[in-house]
Formats: sequence, structure tokens, C-alpha cells
Amino acid sequence: MIEENVIGKSVPRKEGRDKVTGAARYIDDMTLPGMLYGATVRSQVPRGAIKKISFDSTIDWSEFAIVSARDIPGKNCIALIGDDQPCLADGRVNHPEEAILLLAHANPHLLRKAIAAISIEYETLPAIFTIEESEQQSQIIWGTDNIFKTFLIAKGDVDSVWAEADYIVEGEYSTGAQEQLYIENNGMIAVFDGETGITVWGSLQCPYYIHKALMALFSLPEDKVRIVQMETGGAFGGKEDYPSMIAAHAALLAMKSLRPVKIIYDRTEDMTATTKRHPSRTRHRTAVSKDGKILGGEIEFTIDGGAYATLSSVVLSRGTIHAGGPYNWPNIRIRSKAVATNAPPHGAFRGFGAPQSLFAMERHMDRIAQVVGLSPVEIRRRNFLKTGQTTTTEQMVQENIDLEKLLDRALKLSDYANKKAHFDRENEESQIKRGVGIAAFLHGAGFTGSGERYLASVVGIEGCTDGTVRLLVSSTEFGQGTNTVLCQIAAEVLDLPYGNVEIAQPDTSQVPNSGPTVASRTAMVVGNLVQSAALGIKQTLIAGGDLRTPYSAEEFRAACRNYIAKHGDLRSFARYDPPPGVFWDDENYRGAAYAAYAWAIYVAEVAVDSLTYSVTVEDFVALQEVGRVLHPLLAKGQIAGGVAQGIGFALYEKVVWQNGRMENGQMTNYIMPTSADIPPIRVYFEEMGNVHGAYGAKGIGELPMDGPAPAIVNAVVDATGTNFDFVPLMPENIFAEVSKTLSPDGER
Amino acid sequence: MKTNSSEHRGQCNLSFTVNGRTVEVRVFPMERLLDVLRHTLGLTGTKEGCGEGECGSCAILMNGELVNSCLIPALQAADANLTTIEGLAVGPQLSALQQAFLECGGAQCGICTPGMILASQQLLSKHSSPGMEDIREALAGNLCRCTGYIQIFEAVAQAARVKADV
Repeated sequence: MIEENVIGKSVPRKEGRDKVTGAARYIDDMTLPGMLYGATVRSQVPRGAIKKISFDSTIDWSEFAIVSARDIPGKNCIALIGDDQPCLADGRVNHPEEAILLLAHANPHLLRKAIAAISIEYETLPAIFTIEESEQQSQIIWGTDNIFKTFLIAKGDVDSVWAEADYIVEGEYSTGAQEQLYIENNGMIAVFDGETGITVWGSLQCPYYIHKALMALFSLPEDKVRIVQMETGGAFGGKEDYPSMIAAHAALLAMKSLRPVKIIYDRTEDMTATTKRHPSRTRHRTAVSKDGKILGGEIEFTIDGGAYATLSSVVLSRGTIHAGGPYNWPNIRIRSKAVATNAPPHGAFRGFGAPQSLFAMERHMDRIAQVVGLSPVEIRRRNFLKTGQTTTTEQMVQENIDLEKLLDRALKLSDYANKKAHFDRENEESQIKRGVGIAAFLHGAGFTGSGERYLASVVGIEGCTDGTVRLLVSSTEFGQGTNTVLCQIAAEVLDLPYGNVEIAQPDTSQVPNSGPTVASRTAMVVGNLVQSAALGIKQTLIAGGDLRTPYSAEEFRAACRNYIAKHGDLRSFARYDPPPGVFWDDENYRGAAYAAYAWAIYVAEVAVDSLTYSVTVEDFVALQEVGRVLHPLLAKGQIAGGVAQGIGFALYEKVVWQNGRMENGQMTNYIMPTSADIPPIRVYFEEMGNVHGAYGAKGIGELPMDGPAPAIVNAVVDATGTNFDFVPLMPENIFAEVSKTLSPDGER
Repeated sequence: MKTNSSEHRGQCNLSFTVNGRTVEVRVFPMERLLDVLRHTLGLTGTKEGCGEGECGSCAILMNGELVNSCLIPALQAADANLTTIEGLAVGPQLSALQQAFLECGGAQCGICTPGMILASQQLLSKHSSPGMEDIREALAGNLCRCTGYIQIFEAVAQAARVKADV
């Protein structure tokens, strides 16, 4: 094996220096001459018809640019998958905080006053707020049945398993909404010009999603819409779809006022109006043999999509495919649906449906263990998927994975057996009850099924006369390390120092569409294309006689210069080509759902205070197999960050709903983990030698979101001896449950 | 520094030192110091995350103490000595903390980084070799959504070691 120069090394983050000096430019750091500030007038009711809009005469409205649905030149929708979500409400509102009017003014301080001076009269309609209310269909708020999408996965013959089962284990599990809570709020600046069209700069994940949305909204050709990503202060899926809405609003105001317009959300607007993780409910019914083998089962997975379809169908798809976890199901039937409620649409958030269905699966495994009388370790050991077996979609596991080995290593790293014995001994006498919990899981990398084929991503690389190369991708950096890892791959292929590879700012007028930066696809899928495109540069120079291997960086520079002098420019492009023999049946949801899966075992140790019912995570071991680790420091950072978000999902982050509106839309009352809440997060990688993406990398970004919640709740159950089947699990929930088991005088 | 009356809505002069440079600016007395830094002085390295003193993205040092500049009325900074993220590097030479954040993975998306580095700076000015508990506590007012804090803790510990070696 050739020793690699750059791959596997923790080279400095490309934009790191600018980030530690404060020089990095985020959208709110940008100002344009003559710029106005924009604001959004939003619905105060969950559902209704707009009867009348009045403007208080104490305000001089001639100073403001005012935009309503009537000002939209094209189709009034945010084009994404379906076209059901309006850009601005036109007569009807379907959720609180739905945008109705837009205002712009040179003085941002006047906007709040102006919004308060607009009164909207509604004829309110009955609204629905929960999965159950949506299912009852007492109000039809979307389509004919409130259902955005359903899926069915069927493998084997489930109906035959119940008769031969020694145990039938049932459970119902639920997860709450979760706010992405990137620390940089959403923001956009738009400029409109009659000749050149619209330019938008902003905080965003997917430049070409916005590009597509604005083309439809303004009826403009593709060369008249330009989207540029600024440095982006966190995203986590939260800047996947909603930025199209904000860009649309800023652009409409810019068109109306003929001035640059900046819209920056404040924290409350960002939390209450934009997307969150889909709340979910999962029901399991599982047939198990007396030795703990799963014979088959039924899973019913339902998510609350909010008022419009947006991304719910794809979130549902991923959640459905992950619902069976990393286990061998000889027979299974999974039915899933996404339903409508009168809340702001739920959207993408790291994990994308999988944290929801995997929480249920991993809680349910502990339930099965209880019923069968096996340990949580043993029940998993007996049911792990093995090479040669098939997933719930009948995708053959071809990789040489060994989940038992992964499990054994995680148990050893966490000192599981000793801790368990120790806690079992000490808990009785102690006010602090300690417990340990396990989660085993998988996460598919890249778009589901035929997704990558439809995306057909393109990557470009150009060689420059100074001997550097520049990557041309629309893949965005928002903390994960896109810039760094893609440059590492190109540097490795081209035998160049890492410093000689740069990456262009994502700008749709300059870079091809390498697809959205989502779905843990960038290192694996885009990385592969970078590898191909870089190889194209190298081969072009060699074939033309300008370069001979081995070469120095100086010789590469001379070759670039010669080539460019002869041909004008040196560019290489690569387009996604589906790997041969990969089959996916979209109709029956069968086949190779993902090109690769990452696998993991997480172990959480918790302490539950039996006086305050507060839970502290005291230790956390995160062991995973993600293929080749391209950059150990970034990879560890991804895992630790995901685990921290998972701790929040499990124990702290509760969205309080009131008639479809988030009532605690502040960092003071929606609580994410601080440095004082975080245990040692011990991150380990196992490389089992599979080759998938560039240099053997698989997806990594979303994986760590899946495991913490079930591992932590399993640990709380272990500590308290009480079953909890939902997150977030707050102290008051533990109190309520534990006090049920107390006798009237408070004694057990 | 006085305004004519509590009703007075006009701007007034304000002078303070920021990153070693004395500046004089016209401000509304109740204007947030954060906005004076970012808009009036163009020091955009100081970030706004929540606007209510919870996240610490706007943290700066004021007379050596860590403050959330979104909660400080501009007038309170009269004659104060301020340090923002722009004041840490000396030319191209990063401070020990900046270098450690870069090397240890302490900055991911970077939006909390300026405030986080200043909170760390204040810790190290009081504690030359802080333990893990000191670090966890000192940074508890600065929220980071990307890193899970672990690599930030490592960066602070490394910077303390580097400073001790000097």
C-alpha cells in the first residue's frame, strides 16, 4: 500500500485561521451601500382565512417597501419536492408564523414598530396539532386525508411468525421536536437588477436548492439567478430548505424597492418560524423465540410533518429504512406515514428521521431483553446483521462487518461489565442511582435509493498558472470540514502539498451543482467525484506530454502553465455515475437503499438523582466504523458534536407547543447542553477495511445523532428500574413515573 | 459622559479603548455595545447569537472582565478598556489560544469561536493551569452547537501548557 501524504492526517482546517481571528465573513458581517433591512409579518393563528389587513395611520407607510403575494412574478411556492408551500400566504394560513407580508426600511429599528402597526383579521378555522388528531381526520388540512406520504417495506411472511413465537413484545415510543439551534441565525442579502437578475448571499447549505426555488418564484432563467454562500455558522439540516424561503423574501423586497435588502432573523423568529426535527411515534410488535432470536415483527412509524409537505417524504423514507436497526429480520413489515398538522413545517435535522425510528428500535431491544430475560448485550449479540444477510429492504450486507467485535470493544472501552455490577450493588443504598445503556445502530450514507442517480452531481477542478488547483463544487462548509476534506482528497490524487489546493466559494455562477450538502454524502459521494476530476487533471497533463511522474510541485506548476498557454484553461469535470449492479426498486421499497452504511455502538453512563430527578450523563463511549477516517481531528469533532446534540435531544431540549406555535423560542428557556453538562465523550473508530467513497470513506456527519438518545434512556431505565419510552426525558417525567410506584406514604 | 435628560434621544460622544486603540464615537446612549463594535467600528468579529446574554457569542473583555456585549449599553463602556477577537493576534502571529483552537479542532462553524476564545483568555488570565472542571465552568456561558465542547477543552488545556512553557 502506498503511503498517503495527506489522507488520514489532521491538516489545518482551510478556513480555520479566519475563524479564530474573527476575520471570517458571515452574512450579518456584510453590508451593501443603500441597503434596506427586511422583516416578515407572520400569521398569529394556526389556521384561518385572512379577512382584512389594516395599516395603522400613525406610520408613514410610504417610507416602507411592502410586499404581498400579489407581487410574486412567478408561481407563489417554494419549489422543493412538491410545490405546496406558499412563499407568502394568499388568503389562507395553515400554521402560526406563516409569512403573510414583507416590509423593508433603511432603519431596522422601525421595522418592529411597523409590524406591530399592522393588524390582520382572520376567520379562524379549527386546527389540529398532534399525530393522533391528524389521524382522526376530524379536520382535513392537507390533501384528502392529511397524509403527505406513506411507505411499506415487506420482507418474508410476517403473518406466519406469531404462531411460532415464544414471546410477542409490543411497545410504543415517541420523540419530540428538536430545534437545530445553530448559533448563527438565518440571514440573507438580496440584490435585484433588471439586466442581470437576482443575486443572493446568505447562510445556507444548498445553493442550488435556492437557485431552483427563485427561478420558479420569479420566472427567471438560470443565468439570471445567482446564489452565493457566505461563511455559515452552523446548519445541521436547519439551513437545508428554509433558506429558500428567506432568500425569496429578501429578493422580493429587493425587486420591489430596487435596493439591496438584508433579512437577519432574531433568535425567536428563527426558533419559532423555521423548521425543526419531526416529532415521531413508533409502534413495535415483535415475535421472539425463547432464546432471544427475532423471528419477525411489525413496525409502524409515523412522523408529524407540520402544515406543508416540504421534505417530509424523504425524512420519512430514511426513518423507515432505518427502523429495523442493525438487526437480522427474517420477516418484517414496516408501515410508515407522514401526517399534516397546523404547525410550521418540520424539516431536515441531522439524522433525518433515523434518530426517531432508531430511538424506538433501541428502546425496544431493551424491552425484548427484559421480556426474554436476557441482558441488553446478549439480545443484541444474538440478532446482529451479519455479512451475507439482508437488511429490511433486502439489501445484502456485502461489507465485512463484525458487529459483535464492535460491541465487545465498546463494552471493554466503557468498562461496562464492572460498572454494571458496581451500580447494581451500590444503587440500593445511594441517593444517586447510576446506570449504563447501550445503543447499536447504522446510518446509510448518501441519498436514499435512486436519489444520487437523480441528482447526477458534477464536480469541477481547475489548474491555475501558479501551480495551484481550485475545486469547483457547490458543497458547502458549515463547520463539518467540507473545505478541508475535499482539498485533502485532491491533494492526495495530484501529489501536491495540501496548501496548493484551494476551494472556490460556493457561487452558482461559478461552480457546478455537486448536489446539496446533506445526507452525510459529501466526503463519500462528492469526495469520489473530486478524486475522479483530480485524476482527470493529472491524466490530461500527462497525456499532453506536459507532465511526467513522479513530479514535484514546481514541475506541476510548469506543466499547468504550459498547458494553459496552449489551450486557454485547464479544467476537469466529473459526473456521478451509479455503481454497476446496484438495484433499487422505488415502487416496492426494495434493494440497495444506500451505497454504504456506517455502524456504531454507543455506551452511556448516567446518574439519576432520586431527590431532584435530574439526570447527568457521566461517561460516554462512541465507537464507530465509518470506513477510512480521512481527517481524524475533524472526524472526532463530528462525533463529539453529534453526541452532544443527542444528549440535548434525550434530556434537555423540549419544544413547548401552544396551538402549533413554539412558546419557548429563546435560548433562555429552550435548553441545549453547555460545557458543564457534557461528560467525557470518548470517540473511537474501527476501520474494517471496506472501500466505498474516496479513499474508503463512508458518511459520518449524521451517524452520531442516532445513538445517544436510546443509549441514555436505556441507562436511565437501568438506573431507575422504570421504563421510559420517549424523549426528551425531563426530570418531571421521571418524577411522575417513579412516584407512581411509591406507596401513598411515600415509601416504596 | 452625560446626556441632557433621560428623554434626550440624540446621540452623544463616547470614548473608549478597543484593542489598544482609543476611539471616539457618536452613539445613542442605550445602543448596545455589540452594535457599536460591529456597525460603528466595523469590528465584525464579535458575533450575535441570541441577543439576550445567553449564548456568549458576543462576549468581549471589558476592563479584563468577560461581558456579553449585547447586554451592555454603550455608555457603560465610557473610558473602558475593551478587547475583542481582532485584538488577540499580533500581526500574523496568532495568540496561544487562537493557535490551540486551530490545532485542536476548537473551531468548527466558527460563530461561537470569538466569544469562546475570549472566555478562555479570561480563564487563563486568572488560572494559569486550569483543571478540567475549571475549564468546563469558565466556558459554561458560551454555547457551542458543533463541537460538543471536547476539542475546545483540549484547546484551552493546550494553550495553558504552551503559555507555561514560555
